[in-house]
Amino acid sequence: MDLRYSARHRALQEEARGFVKKYGHLSPKTGGGRKRPDARALDWQKLLLERGYFARNIPREYGGFGLPVDILELAIIAEEFSNAGVSPGIMNQGISMLVPTLLEVGTKEQCIQWIGPTIRGDIIWCQGYSEPGSGSDLAAAKTSARVEDSQFIVNGQKIWTSSAHYADMMFLLCRTELDKSKHDGLSYLLVPMNAPGIEVRPLVTMTGRAEFNETFFTDVRVPTDQIVMGRGDGWHVANVTLKYERMLLGDANKLTYRLARAVELMKKTTLDGCRFIDIPEYRERLLKLQGEVMASKYHGLRLMTEQAKGEDSGVKRLIVKLNGTMIAYRLSSLVVDVLGAAGLAYEPVGEAAEDDEATTWQIDNMYDIGLIIGGGSSNIQKNIIGERGLGLPREPKSAPPTVRG
Amino acid sequence: MEFGLSEEQLMLADSLRGFLDQRLPMSKLRKIAEGGLGFDGELWSGLTEQGIMGIMVPVDFGGLGLSLLDAAVAAEALGYHATPTPFAAALVMAPLALIASGDRAQQKAWLPRIASGEVRIGVGFAGMSGQTGEAAVRLAGNMLSGCVTGVLDGGNATHFIVYLDDGRAGLFAAVGEPGVSVSTHRSLDRTRPLTALVLHDAGVEILGAANDPKAAATAVLDAGRVMLAADTLGAAQSMFDKALLYSKERVQFDRVIGSFQAVKHTLADIITMLEPCRSLVWYAAHAQDGSPEEARVAALQAKAHLGDAGREISRLATEIHGGIGFTDLLGLHYWFKRIAFNRQLLGAPERCRHQAAVAQEWVS
Repeated sequence: MDLRYSARHRALQEEARGFVKKYGHLSPKTGGGRKRPDARALDWQKLLLERGYFARNIPREYGGFGLPVDILELAIIAEEFSNAGVSPGIMNQGISMLVPTLLEVGTKEQCIQWIGPTIRGDIIWCQGYSEPGSGSDLAAAKTSARVEDSQFIVNGQKIWTSSAHYADMMFLLCRTELDKSKHDGLSYLLVPMNAPGIEVRPLVTMTGRAEFNETFFTDVRVPTDQIVMGRGDGWHVANVTLKYERMLLGDANKLTYRLARAVELMKKTTLDGCRFIDIPEYRERLLKLQGEVMASKYHGLRLMTEQAKGEDSGVKRLIVKLNGTMIAYRLSSLVVDVLGAAGLAYEPVGEAAEDDEATTWQIDNMYDIGLIIGGGSSNIQKNIIGERGLGLPREPKSAPPTVRG
Repeated sequence: MEFGLSEEQLMLADSLRGFLDQRLPMSKLRKIAEGGLGFDGELWSGLTEQGIMGIMVPVDFGGLGLSLLDAAVAAEALGYHATPTPFAAALVMAPLALIASGDRAQQKAWLPRIASGEVRIGVGFAGMSGQTGEAAVRLAGNMLSGCVTGVLDGGNATHFIVYLDDGRAGLFAAVGEPGVSVSTHRSLDRTRPLTALVLHDAGVEILGAANDPKAAATAVLDAGRVMLAADTLGAAQSMFDKALLYSKERVQFDRVIGSFQAVKHTLADIITMLEPCRSLVWYAAHAQDGSPEEARVAALQAKAHLGDAGREISRLATEIHGGIGFTDLLGLHYWFKRIAFNRQLLGAPERCRHQAAVAQEWVS
């Protein structure tokens, strides 16, 4: 156990601290919901890429900074940017999910074609996974692609496609091998969103905002080389992508940041003249969460150390999403309770502008439920933890339900 | 930066676990638990051979001079086997008390004897520990009077250290000392007893060499809290392992019960609670030596969080066993009670959290 940084890491810390001090004023505002990056965000992204604060470990030929992976360097950069309240760069599904997937299983040509523009923020991706009839049972996807004149012809429907209304491309899980079994019949295609036959309809969520979409495909043509790995390999590729999504969803930095905001709020907000932090019932909830956030944070450091050594963390990694999303929800629930009746005025203003503080917390609180469900719901996570992590037997297959007349 | 155990620490855990696997089968545990004094001569000499007596004693005084994280690794292994032995007070808090508050002569007199396993010192607090029970002593000259209950590691102790609430401490022999009455009784946790001390003008050796006695006493108390949290971690891991094994063997409705989602999800919930606990305990132990500014909150939060997680895990693991888990037959209850004992000693979760709020100046 040694929590000190080496001289090289301290130097990077100094460098990053100097960078955010000098250039931080150029950063776009952090948070503020999902939207297409504007000119300011794209300029900031360009600066980060030039200095190696973004895509640090992606090869230079693909547009990255080309340094070998040092997980601690990434943690130091993230921490300095977060402490300064400066944007760490563009976060979207293309960057956090598709790019690592292409690096792991894509061809060199695909990496050259897609990674550069994606990390620069020029190409925005959306994820075509869930369907109305296949959510948790993702491998049951029915959206199909048949081959005709060396093109895939895609038909079907996807749901929960966030950012589809402004995305340029979609990574799509669809059925190409009708004669093969459920898991072996899928392929992973890269589909341009401006292709004829794609229709995007906004899907309003419980927050009242159109955070997701339904995407419909009618005879959409995709060149047959726009496939990652081969036909029938889609389930494998999709799981590579999901691995990166679940790591993103249990992020302990977010919990630490949120806890600090809850503490600040409870120090300045009063109830009947008494600060919330001085009311034992509320303080006890805060302290309980602090213990859990600390445990999650150090668990994250432990995983990072194992990853740096190339060790397989097994079940310890599988619990991260279930653990992190539940704590995040309980933290935002505490804040919603501190805001209380005064926090109930709820008027989201949409993607273009910034919501007031109370509305933002209410949205976060509901959105946290979305995160508990998305990327493999908590119940699915528990199956994965139990079966893959603990070696428990799968639920026996039951007969399909009989259709009632 | 590296967050994890060293090769040596992993070896310490393996070696202790291997020793206890062999030398403390359930039949032996039951036998020692019947007496309830938390001490067995044979086990103690075996543990002496394992080298844990001098774990916190500096090398200059014949010990191993290891860190509190090493001690936490040992505590986890002892908790895993519900080991009926003095440890948290006798082998961790007592040497730390002598290091922090003893003068050179006292350290020279006592520390080597702790490292050799010759003396075992129980530790009690008159006030400040956040523990229920009687705790009121007064010191006149070097004469200590009053009463302290809930003293840790008193079973077969040769000596005791009692802390006053100003941070000074008195050290005295357990037997043959005028004015000292020691009554050790079995507790809910039959693997460890509790001791009540009644003192009438008992002559004590005062440990008063610390510059800031209160801070020194608090550090010893926090180290003890980390040890109890580590013990709970081991005991909870043991209960989880037993429940997981049982769920893969027990058949109902023609299936092993671990294939039912209700059981599978419960086990997933337990491991999701348990693994981050380990990182918190390691960090809290490390912080006591390495990061004084974070040490207090880390120790208090580790004690509180493990108290709560331990209670939940011990219930769920018992439930997974069904009726047999509720009986005495499997002996699962020894671990349940071990966890329950650790929760109440040296401040229960609510008390520790309140103190964490004070330490962070959230409240005065």
